[in-house]
Amino acid sequence: MPAVQETIDQVRAIDVTEYKYGFETLIESEKAPKGLNEDTVRFISAKKGDPEWMTEWRLDAFRRWQTMREPNWARVHYPPIDFQDAYYYAAPKASEGPKSLDEIDPAILDTYKKLGIPLREQEILAGVAPQNRVAVDAVFDSVSVATTFKEELKKAGVIFCSISEAIREHPELVRKYLGTVVPVTDNFYATLNSAVFTDGSFVYVPEGVRCPMELSTYFRINEKNTGQFERTLIIADKGSYVSYLEGCTAPMRDENQLHAAVVELIALDDAEIKYSTVQNWYPGDSEGRGGIYNFVTKRGDCRGRNSKISWTQVETGSAITWKYPSCILRGEGSRGEFYSIAVSNGMQQVDSGTKMIHLGKNTTSRIISKGISAGRSQNTYRGLVSAHRKAANARNFTNCDSLLIGDKCGAHTVPYIESKTSTAVFEHEATTSKISEDQMFYCLQRGLSEEEATALIVNGFVKDVLQQLPMEFAVEAQKLISISLEGSVG
Amino acid sequence: MVTVTTIKSAAETALDSAFERLAGVLPGAGAERRAAFARYAERGLPHRRVEEWKYTDLRAAMREAAPLAERPASVPAGTIDLGAPRFVIANGHVVSAPEKLPDGMTATPLREALTGGHPALSALGDPLAAGNAAVDLNTAFMTDGLIVEVASDRSMDSPVHIAFHNTGDAPFATAARVLVRVGAGASVTLLETHQGPDGVAYQTNTMVEIVAGDGAKVEHARLNAEGGAAIVLSTLSLRLGRETELTTVNGVFGAALSRHQVFATFGGENARASINGMALLSGSQHADSTLVVDHAEPGGESRELFRTVVDDEAAGVFQGKIIVRQKAQKTDGRMMSGALLLGEASAMYNKPELEIFADDVACAHGATCGALDEDLLFYLMARGLPKPEAEALLLQAFVGEVVETVGNGAMQDALIARIETWLRARAAR
Repeated sequence: MPAVQETIDQVRAIDVTEYKYGFETLIESEKAPKGLNEDTVRFISAKKGDPEWMTEWRLDAFRRWQTMREPNWARVHYPPIDFQDAYYYAAPKASEGPKSLDEIDPAILDTYKKLGIPLREQEILAGVAPQNRVAVDAVFDSVSVATTFKEELKKAGVIFCSISEAIREHPELVRKYLGTVVPVTDNFYATLNSAVFTDGSFVYVPEGVRCPMELSTYFRINEKNTGQFERTLIIADKGSYVSYLEGCTAPMRDENQLHAAVVELIALDDAEIKYSTVQNWYPGDSEGRGGIYNFVTKRGDCRGRNSKISWTQVETGSAITWKYPSCILRGEGSRGEFYSIAVSNGMQQVDSGTKMIHLGKNTTSRIISKGISAGRSQNTYRGLVSAHRKAANARNFTNCDSLLIGDKCGAHTVPYIESKTSTAVFEHEATTSKISEDQMFYCLQRGLSEEEATALIVNGFVKDVLQQLPMEFAVEAQKLISISLEGSVG
Repeated sequence: MVTVTTIKSAAETALDSAFERLAGVLPGAGAERRAAFARYAERGLPHRRVEEWKYTDLRAAMREAAPLAERPASVPAGTIDLGAPRFVIANGHVVSAPEKLPDGMTATPLREALTGGHPALSALGDPLAAGNAAVDLNTAFMTDGLIVEVASDRSMDSPVHIAFHNTGDAPFATAARVLVRVGAGASVTLLETHQGPDGVAYQTNTMVEIVAGDGAKVEHARLNAEGGAAIVLSTLSLRLGRETELTTVNGVFGAALSRHQVFATFGGENARASINGMALLSGSQHADSTLVVDHAEPGGESRELFRTVVDDEAAGVFQGKIIVRQKAQKTDGRMMSGALLLGEASAMYNKPELEIFADDVACAHGATCGALDEDLLFYLMARGLPKPEAEALLLQAFVGEVVETVGNGAMQDALIARIETWLRARAAR
């Protein structure tokens, strides 16, 4: 069944030619010399004021990275990347540790304003900005320029700051957790990130604390020819809860820029982390010129009993997306969730999905993925669900649907389902007509048609998750929610 | 960057020297054999870093490459008989042919065709299987086999049975190849059985190619009753024409390691194929079902149903890929793989893939794996069935759905008998 007109119109509205965030902010910036070698790593480390152990950690990663090869298994094609032909550090001048927002270059504040991200707390409180109070860590090229609501969070005991600040102020926490979910040598891009990461967010929610507001980071690549390598580390201590949002944009340029981030989440006993992303990096133009190469390693570790990690992503940007937010379900009774909507347009290539690795007993996971490809794009869902021999009673439910608009694009599904224990029950399906039979029965009994019931169940489900994104991040997401499920091809 | 040089395994070295020694001795197709071997040799035996072989590490499993087997003088005792005209291919050599073939069917031993030439030879080889190591090795080493031709618009009055029987006391290898060309509008039933001695670590690599003309109807069923220590590679290539209808079923019981690959190309409009398989695995068996279904033309319909029962430390693999090309609008593809894990250490690996380039299609895949349903067991036991019997009943029903798709009665009976034997052996364990 082909896609309905309404869907086609909605997808067109977010086509690559409609990219709204393509402006550039003209500010002076300070860069590391072009290229990548040990000196670059030392330069970044010095700029960040790293303690010695951190410098060594970076150098070790860099040496290992030199022995590694770029992965080529994903269904994405691009010319070889010259890692020496880029800047690995770019920072707005004089932004080194601004004391207050008044010290930040007004051009940067303007940039965030244009993007709809308010950085001035009084504006937010005065109701100038949307009502939802969200603490924001704004990362501009390689540095964090501002973090809002720090004081209020401090009262609750929540640490929310840039990772470089955390390395200086809370080394014990950083040393204990950094690299424990995504090891230094995890993969080519994660290792590169470990060597040259510049900034990112650090969150620590202490035992029993429910974080009083949503936390968020807004990433902006502005400088030409630079890569952005941020690193985020979120730790939810026993019984705590935190919801974290991430948004990203970049100016329109003919060249490709590299973004290789690492995100590590750690949930201890009974803790819950909710991580939401609206990824809107510049996707390149309709001919495939320019755009961000997005090679990201995101992984959550449900370390404690009954812990929960949930990933929600709305992906519309990037020339190339290579990203698999995963959950390691180690703690007994822990739960992982992955909800994704990936829309590709123009010449975009998406290879994204998730991994649910069931290690502990009674662990459960759920994967809902919707891929929509239009233009000449290629959209691949690649996912792994595995149960270790000791993961008794593991449960997974996976549903991935894809939709094609036009006959020049492609939609692909590559799920890996590995079960090594007889008590694990895994279900994978790619048809919209086969949701839970009970739910279906319930709806049908009340007079809905099968299609209405399907739309109600799946849409209601996705909507539920997306509605929790604050409005300023959810413009694209909101548009996508209404996309009909009609014409799904499995 | 560090360059990695792979050290050749003992089996790879043995294959190299075997090919060097035999290249001039094997019948005909010298250039094709050399080209195929060179393609294989470029990458060596496939291992877990090769995506298509991720779950079946042939390089690790094949410690040695056994020498090619000799041609037995006569039909080995105990060759399976399904009451249909029967070819016997023993150790990769045709040793017996039926006295009378169905009207409209002709058959030529492959050895004869390769040495003396045959017009059908140009149809050997499947582009969809390009680069597949098992296929390349079969082409390089094929000793004998059959070229079967079915005349257009003829309906065969009986099925044809090709019995592959491997015999020997010491490790040996076989490589047989069969090409079946079915004329337009013809209909035919082909039955394959594969058997061999228990306890002998032999290696077989067979390839069967079915090229079906427009409107042809083909029924194909295969029984793997190989010996318990064997490594069994088999490839089925299906090339369908316009409005061709085809059903194939594979039943796996034997072999220490088996891999059955199906490559199906929908080369004409509105073709229909149903590709099914079942496996009952125990001990440390490893069985892999890999299929690639390529919808190249519009209006095709494919149905895939796979059922795997895994007991003890055995492992099942299902890799299915449905490709729908840009031109293949209105394609309807449905693939389902279900597995039941009975032993605590049983494993199942599912990889159902979709690769879709057309926008007006309906494709779906599903994969499930889990233990026997406790509720169903309870229901049966509450009605007085002892647990082993209740389990057996449920398992029989589970794989029964695949067995039902076999049209030929004798083959269906043979599969059911094997299932019952397997269930009895399980109950006795």
